[in-house]
Amino acid sequence: MPIYILKRILGALPTLLIVSVLVFLLQKLLPGDPVLALAGEERDPATLALLREQYHLNDPLVTQYFRWLGGVLTGDFGISLRTNQPVLELIGQKLPVTLQLAAMSMIFAMLIGIPAGIIAAVKKNTLLDWIANIVALSGLSIPNFWLGIMLILLVSVNLGWLPASGYESPLVDFWLSIKTMLMPAFVLGTGLAATLMRHTRSAMLGVMSADYIRTARAKGLSTSEVVLTHSFRNALLPIITLSALLFGELLAGAVLTEQIFTIPGFGKLIVDAVFNRDYAVVQGVVLCTAVGFLLMNLIADVLSVIMNPRMRSAL
Amino acid sequence: MKRLSLTATALVALMAAMPAAANELRIGLQDDPDVLDPAQSRTFVGRIVYTALCDKLVDLDQDVEIVPQLATDWTTSEDGLSLVMNLRDGVTFHDGTPFDAEAVVYNINRGMTLPESRRKSELASIASIEATGPLQVTFTLTAPDASLVAQLADRAGMMISPTAAEEMGADFGSNPVCSGPFKFVERIQQDRIVLEKFDDYWNADNIHIDRVTYLPIPDTTVRLANLRSGQFDMIERVAAPDVASVKADPDLSLAEAVGLGYMAIYNNVGNGDRADNPLGQDARVRQAFSMAIDREALNQVVFEGTAKAGNQPFPPNSRWYDQSNPVPERDVEGAKALLAEAGYDRVPIVLQHANNPVVTQTMQVIQAMVAEAGFDVELRATEFATLLSEQTAGNYQMSRSDWSGRVDPDGNIHQFVTCDGGINDAGYCNPEVDEHLNAARATQDFAERKANYDAAGKILAEDLPIIYLGHQTYIFAMDDGVEGFEAYPDGMIRLEGVTDAD
Repeated sequence: MPIYILKRILGALPTLLIVSVLVFLLQKLLPGDPVLALAGEERDPATLALLREQYHLNDPLVTQYFRWLGGVLTGDFGISLRTNQPVLELIGQKLPVTLQLAAMSMIFAMLIGIPAGIIAAVKKNTLLDWIANIVALSGLSIPNFWLGIMLILLVSVNLGWLPASGYESPLVDFWLSIKTMLMPAFVLGTGLAATLMRHTRSAMLGVMSADYIRTARAKGLSTSEVVLTHSFRNALLPIITLSALLFGELLAGAVLTEQIFTIPGFGKLIVDAVFNRDYAVVQGVVLCTAVGFLLMNLIADVLSVIMNPRMRSAL
Repeated sequence: MKRLSLTATALVALMAAMPAAANELRIGLQDDPDVLDPAQSRTFVGRIVYTALCDKLVDLDQDVEIVPQLATDWTTSEDGLSLVMNLRDGVTFHDGTPFDAEAVVYNINRGMTLPESRRKSELASIASIEATGPLQVTFTLTAPDASLVAQLADRAGMMISPTAAEEMGADFGSNPVCSGPFKFVERIQQDRIVLEKFDDYWNADNIHIDRVTYLPIPDTTVRLANLRSGQFDMIERVAAPDVASVKADPDLSLAEAVGLGYMAIYNNVGNGDRADNPLGQDARVRQAFSMAIDREALNQVVFEGTAKAGNQPFPPNSRWYDQSNPVPERDVEGAKALLAEAGYDRVPIVLQHANNPVVTQTMQVIQAMVAEAGFDVELRATEFATLLSEQTAGNYQMSRSDWSGRVDPDGNIHQFVTCDGGINDAGYCNPEVDEHLNAARATQDFAERKANYDAAGKILAEDLPIIYLGHQTYIFAMDDGVEGFEAYPDGMIRLEGVTDAD
C-alpha cells in the first residue's frame, strides 16, 4: 500500500507541472495589464514603468515562469501585487475557511442525499421516490446565487436568525462560526445532495436486485438489516468515489457561494485575484487547488481499497 | 428522535444569540482595501479606512473648502514658490511618537522617495521641505502649484509614525501606525479591518465610538441585507434602485452628497489608429453625439434621480462650474443637422464600457437616445481591467469610464486633456487649452483660476475629447441607532461626532 501511494504521488507531479504552465500561459493571454489594474487612477506612464520594473513584468515569459517555479520549489510563492502579502500566507489564511465550508456542505449533502437516495431506492416508484426525485431535481436546477440571495432575505433580513454574510473563525467563536457558515453550506450542499441522491439511488437499485440480497431476504432478515448492512455497504463504493470527485465541484461551487456570502475563502481569493490581475495569487491558488483535487482522488482510491477487500489484489 | 429534538433545540438557541457589542460600529464597504500604507495605497475604500486611522495635514469641509487638521494654518508666498505650515501642538502617533515638524518632513520625503510610493506625482511640485521650527514646516516648490494644499487633504498629506515607518519600511501596511482617532487592531484580507479608539487623540472628546470594524461586501444587495438584519450599522454606496426602499424603512436613514468625480465617455481623437473614424476626426460629430443625450432622463431612468446630470468635469453645485455653460437640453434635430453638415447620414461607432449592471444600463439608454440622431452604436461590454488597458493603449473609439474626482479642480481636468497629460487617453492636444490649464495651476487667486478653467472649458465643450454625462452621488445608509453622521463630497466616512445607540 505505501508503495502504491508513493507511486501515485510521483505520478501526479507531471500533472501539476502542466497545470502550472497552463495557468501561467492562460493568465498572460488575458487581456488587461496587471500594472494598470494595480495603479488604479494613478496610472501616469512614469508610475506604470516603475511598477513594471518592480514586478519584473518586462522580462521574457520563460524567465518569469522559471523565476516563479524556482520560488515555489523553495517555498516562496511570491507576494500579492495588491496587498504585498506573501501568497503562501494568504493561502494559509483562506484554505481553512474554504475547507470548513466544503466540509459543512459535504455533511449537508450527505445528510440529505444519502438517506433520500436509500429511501427512493427502497420505495422505488412510490410517492416517496417521486418526492425525493423532485427535491433532487430542484436542488440541481436552482442556481446557487439565487437560492443564496433568497435565503439571506428570508432567514437574515426577515427572520433575523442567522448572519447575512461574512465569516468568523471557529477558534475565535465556535458557535458564531457554525452559524455564519450554515446558510452558505446549505446552498452549496443542495446541488451536491441532488447528485449524491441520484447516484445512491441507482447504486442501491443495482445492488438490491442482486442474488445475495434475495438470499438475505429469504433467510428472513429484517428489511432494515437487508437495506443497511447488505445493500448499502456494497452500494457505498461508487458513492465514495463520487464524493471525492464532487470535491472538485465543491471547490468550483465555493467560488460562487463565497462571492454571495462574502466569505473570505479560496474562491473569493481567486476571483478577486483574477480581476486585479494579481498573477502570483492566481498561480498559487490554482496550484494548491490542483494538489487538493489530486489528493482527494488518491484518498478516494485508498478508501475504496479499504472498503472493498477484493480490490487489494489489484494493487 | 430525542437526539433530533436536542439538535433542534441547540440550533434554535444558537440562532437566537446574535452578536451585539456595545459602541462598536460595523461598516459595510464596497471593496476590500489594498495595502494600508498611505504612500502606497490606491483604492477608494482604503481612503475610507484612513479617514479613521490616519490624520492628514488638512481636511475638507462639506463645501470642499480646505480646513485645518494637523496643520492649524498655512500661507503661500507671493511668488507661489513657498508654503509655510504651522502644526498642531500636543499630537502623538498611536505608538507614542510625538508629532512635530520633523515627522512632517519625514512623511513628505517618504512620499516623494519611497520606491513603492504612489504619491510622487501628487508631490511633484515640491523641491524640498524643511522644519523651520518645532511645529512649523516650509515647503519649497519648483513651480507655483495651487493644488498642493488640496493634495495634502488626501493620502499625500497623511502622517504616519516615523518610528514605525523606519522599522517596517515598505511593509508598513501590515501594521499601520498613524495619529488618527482610531488605531489599528487587526486585518483579515477580504474579511475585515478592525480599529479601536485611540485615547490620546487630540480631538478624543469628539469620538464616541470605541471600535470600528470595516467589512468589505461587493454585492450591493447583500450589503444592504446585512444592514437590515442588524449585522451592520452603516453601509456606503447604496445602489440607486434601493434608495426608495431604504427611505421607506423606519429603522434606516440615508445620508448623501454629490461626489467630486464624474461619469464620462472618452472619445479617441488622437490616440493611435483607432482615432481614424468620423467621430474621432470631426468635432461636429462628437457635438451631435453629446446633443442627442438627455442627461436628466439618464439620471432619472438609471439612477432613479439620485445622481446629478452634468456636462463639465465639475458638478453643477461646485464653485468651479461654469454657469454660462449649463447642462444642455436634448436636441435631436440639432444633432441631425450637425451630422448633415459634417456630411454624414448615419455614423457607425463602437463604444466600450465596463460590464457592471449600472453602466450597462446607462449605455443602453444612451445607445437608444443617439440612435434617433443617426448613430449606430455597437456596445462592447468589457471587464474593467481590460477596459482600462484598451483605453490607455488607444485601442477604442469611444470608452465609457468614471473618475472618482479630486479636491482641487486641477485633478479633474489637467492630466486628461493637456498634450502631455499623464492619463490623456483621448490623445487630445490643444496648446491653447494647455496654456489655460497651466496658468490655472500657477496661481492661488480664485477669480484668475476660475477664468482660466472657464476659458479652457469653452474650448473643450467645442472639441469634446471627453463627453461628460453627470456626477455620482455617494449614498450612505445607517440604522436608526447611528446619529451625527454627515456625508461629504469626497465620499469618506468621518466619525467625529457620530454616536451609536446600540
